Amino acid sequence: MSADGATPPKRPPVTDWATDWDHFDPAWNKNPYPIWDDLRAKGCPIASTKRYMGAHAPLTYETVKQIAYDTKHFSSRRVVVRDARLEPPQPAPPITSDPPAHKPLKQILLPPFTPEEMRKLEPKARAICNELIDQFIKDGRCDAAQQYARHIPVRVIALMLGVPASDGDKFIKWIHEILELGITNDEISMRARNEMQEYIVAQFEARRRYPTDDLITRIMHSEFMGKPIPFELAVGMIILMLIAGIDTTWSAIGASLWHLAKTPTDRDRLIAEPALMPTAIEEFLRAYAPVTMAREVVQPVEVAGCPMKPGDMILLSFPAANRDPGMFPDADKVIIDRKENRHAAFGLGIHRCVGSNLARMEMTVAIEEWLKRMPKFALAPGEEVTWSEGTVRGPRQLPITLG
Amino acid sequence: MTTGSRVRIRVDADKCQGHNRCKAIAPELFELDGFGNAQAKGDGLVPPELVEKAYLAKSNCPEFAVEIIEE
Repeated sequence: MSADGATPPKRPPVTDWATDWDHFDPAWNKNPYPIWDDLRAKGCPIASTKRYMGAHAPLTYETVKQIAYDTKHFSSRRVVVRDARLEPPQPAPPITSDPPAHKPLKQILLPPFTPEEMRKLEPKARAICNELIDQFIKDGRCDAAQQYARHIPVRVIALMLGVPASDGDKFIKWIHEILELGITNDEISMRARNEMQEYIVAQFEARRRYPTDDLITRIMHSEFMGKPIPFELAVGMIILMLIAGIDTTWSAIGASLWHLAKTPTDRDRLIAEPALMPTAIEEFLRAYAPVTMAREVVQPVEVAGCPMKPGDMILLSFPAANRDPGMFPDADKVIIDRKENRHAAFGLGIHRCVGSNLARMEMTVAIEEWLKRMPKFALAPGEEVTWSEGTVRGPRQLPITLG
Repeated sequence: MTTGSRVRIRVDADKCQGHNRCKAIAPELFELDGFGNAQAKGDGLVPPELVEKAYLAKSNCPEFAVEIIEE
């Protein structure tokens, strides 16, 4: 199941997706969309499970939106549905923050992620893409997930944070341990977090001696409620930058290339009509939204007839919202010139992804540079595409033939 | 829309979460503050040639924050 030897616990097979769902079930992992379609069609807007100490999965756009907007009954203090409830929850502000602390924490991060700031980074992101392509284009084949998509967000966030690109492998390992292996193994998750914290403390020390102009410096010198930001929050914020900014965009770039590799009509149309790139990117984000978040119920509440009690977790699936035919006509079709697209790939409400402008820039650049240099490509015949498990969905092995 | 009517845009600041869809679609009509939240440029009046873009911006806002007022 996982390449690094950690054996996931055996899980009993799912008996009924409406009352016993499991997002680690192999069927869900391979292709969750028919499961959601089927439940919605049966009139089940929210599925529940006794697994994960009790959890609910809203499957329609309206129920996802209602829960995302309701910060009174649903807390963000835990943003991953896990087998156990780690105490205390591990802060990664502002994604794990609730009002009123959320807004001032988020405002620390918003200015460096505006579209204007992203435009300054764009030439560097293009150069990174071309360096990566140079390394495999002569081979006539590549693993687009491992040799291309995964490296782009790591290198760009390293630039923003002000750390060496060569530290990227460490980040990828920690993310895998936290977002995939760590969901079912507390020890791995805690160890990864401790290693990240040690790394960040060393970065703080270095900047105290030699100040730099980067995101780590900005965060360590920021203020929260009129005082210097507490150490734990600053560390958590940088952990968030590492976790949230890498796996997610890796997945979105990979899923977009996967789609274009298996859909030559869309690929050729995008090459012939480059002006379609913005709507195509939004459509890939809708159809292959990588990120599922979580909430913890903190007050008894009922949503769409489903009673929820404090302590229950919510699997907040933006991918499911994005496939709801009640909101999106032809929701199961990828339409690269879709005109109306209010997709929820970056969340809805106060927790809108702070890096959404970065993600869009990286996706656009990654696909444009790929199409410029390698206009003809296809899935490698007979080779398997594998998908990540857990909270972020995207291809992890994507063998492609070029030319 | 009746012929000769004027179209004005407005961004509901309480709803806007800074997705930046409106500005990406219609940079002539929207601008962002330092946190990336959107507002209508100037008085929000939409020149006739940009009316279609204004409606596109509205129908791509995930938070339903863009309003179009036909005057």
